[in-house]
Amino acid sequence: MTIPTIADMTSRGESPEILFWVGCAGSYDERYKRVTKAFVKILQAVGTKFAVLGGEETCTGDPARRAGNEFLFQMQATQVIQVLNGYQVKKIVTACPHCFNTIRNEYPDLGGKYEVIHHSVFLQQLIDDGKIKLKEGGAFKGRRITYHDSCYLGRANNIYEAPRAVLESLDADLVEMKRCRTTGLCCGAGGAQLFKEPEAGKSDIHTDRAGEAIATGAQTIAVACPFCMTMLNDGVKARNKEATVQVKDLAELIAESQGL
Amino acid sequence: MYIAQQVAFLITLTVAGILVRRRVLFIRNNIRLGKANVINDRHGERLKNMLLVAFGQKKMFKRPVAAVLHFFIYAGFLIINLEVLEFIIDGFFGTHRIFASFLGPLYPWMMNFFEALAVAVMLACLVFLLRRFVIRIPRFWSSEMTTWPRLDAALILTTEIVLMWAILFMNASDQLLQQVNEHYVSTGTLYFSSMLMPLLESLTPGSLLILERFCWWFHIIGILGFSVYITYSKHLHIFLAFPNTYYARLEPKGQINNMPVVTREVRSMLGLEAAAPQAPSEPGRFGAKDINDLQWNSLMAAYSCTECGRCTSECPANLSGKKLSPRKIMMDVRDRMEDVGKSMASGGPGIADGKFLLGDYITKEEINACTSCNACVEACPVMISPLDIIIEMRRYVAMEESGSPAQWNSMFQNIETNFAPWKFPSSDRFKWASENS
Ligand code: SF4
Ligand code: SF4
Repeated sequence: MTIPTIADMTSRGESPEILFWVGCAGSYDERYKRVTKAFVKILQAVGTKFAVLGGEETCTGDPARRAGNEFLFQMQATQVIQVLNGYQVKKIVTACPHCFNTIRNEYPDLGGKYEVIHHSVFLQQLIDDGKIKLKEGGAFKGRRITYHDSCYLGRANNIYEAPRAVLESLDADLVEMKRCRTTGLCCGAGGAQLFKEPEAGKSDIHTDRAGEAIATGAQTIAVACPFCMTMLNDGVKARNKEATVQVKDLAELIAESQGL
Repeated sequence: MYIAQQVAFLITLTVAGILVRRRVLFIRNNIRLGKANVINDRHGERLKNMLLVAFGQKKMFKRPVAAVLHFFIYAGFLIINLEVLEFIIDGFFGTHRIFASFLGPLYPWMMNFFEALAVAVMLACLVFLLRRFVIRIPRFWSSEMTTWPRLDAALILTTEIVLMWAILFMNASDQLLQQVNEHYVSTGTLYFSSMLMPLLESLTPGSLLILERFCWWFHIIGILGFSVYITYSKHLHIFLAFPNTYYARLEPKGQINNMPVVTREVRSMLGLEAAAPQAPSEPGRFGAKDINDLQWNSLMAAYSCTECGRCTSECPANLSGKKLSPRKIMMDVRDRMEDVGKSMASGGPGIADGKFLLGDYITKEEINACTSCNACVEACPVMISPLDIIIEMRRYVAMEESGSPAQWNSMFQNIETNFAPWKFPSSDRFKWASENS
């Protein structure tokens, strides 16, 4: 893949329509890198002029702030904002709800004001605009999919319908878990929990949630967050269901349906 | 005789007034221990929240059964209080059913409506008692629901039932007295209480008078006692739900509030701003170790908490058996305020008693377990955010004590050195683009 960086583009005197914010999981996590690539393929297929920061991207600081280290968060955030403002970035799209929430809601206080769009909303727009055309009775016809709400998309930012609209366009059989939308159960990773062992308890949140998803009879658990993906993958494995139940990001499902 | 009653009434009213006033000042002082952040924006949105959520009970309706029953009690409370107004005027001037002469033919309608509400309130309280103590809905029995919170709920529900019976018996004896005593103005037939009349028919007018007066006094003392009692109880929410929803945060739930003190320091460290001149006022601690580090509205929230446990029943940490319970966080903040307030009132050391909210009431194990998922905030019928308090305490632990869990400390270090929460070199960040597939 040749992925345009914003540095290259700027040196050519061009500017991108959108900056694709990849995120740390999107850059480093073996499983989640496939989501990054799927989303890039979609962007290329629809001809969106995009760029990434590449090596200049760093952590937004989200886990530091949530773990209480406000100094580190603001150090990180201020430097990211310097980079973004330096390139005069206006519009950012990201697949990570944590990056999305931080850049959109928390950066303005520190001088970073951008239009920030989560990829679920972006994909929905592409579908609505007819830029992604889904084939009738495609590969997903009759496949049972359940969507797991990411806390940082749903309750945190009131995005409940866009991911579902994307999934509905796949012509699949979308089933809901009992706890969904405003009452969706967390995967267990938010608030910097992904970076430490859980406290003592009677069960693990991610296996509980994976159990709820598996109980719907879905073959695919759709997610829209890298942390949810890691946690639910682990949960499905802990329940020995990895042979029959897959955890997939929205971008992967769309790319697959487009044969990308 | 009426004079004696008027005097007795005045004394009762004054005593209740003094006691309530004392508690209100006590609570206000406790809330003022918090940081005096100013909330003075977006009045329209705030008003809307207050009207929808506190007045309109919008969030209650996520659980329809409880919502309808609670609505009876709430409406009963609001509307039957009109009758209490009549009680007070009558008690003051020695009149009887003063509103009857103003409202004329409307009065029987009004009384019948009040009686219907009284019956609805009784039924609702009965179902609530059954749910709590017979069906034992789990959220009413979790570990922070110790003896007092359980007793508090039971006391209030039983008292309400008894008070409603007092109204009905009062009206029944009143209707019988109307036939023999001209002081008792006609109210017409009151549907529910008239059903009790056969029980009282054999009583002499003298006994009826005593019964009617007893019920009247019982009800008004009950109501005044209730107004003192609620200031010690979770039932304070019937008043504080209004300011609490008004001052609730309007930002997206995912947004954690910024710390401007840190912003100034970071900007000067990065050379973006001239080093801030030594902060004019004492900046205090970073984050919260005790109640005086929290903002006043978080403290008011603790007094507004209904102890319903909806937050805890949705909390992923609590559901998976961790010690964290967002309801307990709110109850602990309140307990700490009461303890500090009592100590101050009795000339003790107050906040400087050597105890702290974090450590003596709430443990690190609890706050560390939070996933910041906002399920508690979403669930709360009065828009409380236990998460705000949890984050403030984590800030204290991380920045003042460097006492975060070891794995978080390594994550901090990774961000500092590799600009990612994991231990990957930043030179590998863009490698994904050159990998196959
Ligand atoms: S935000 Fe924290 S306390 Fe509230 S429900 Fe989620 S995990 Fe529990
Ligand atoms: S914080 Fe809100 S949801 Fe939790 S117990 Fe108190 S009133 Fe109920």
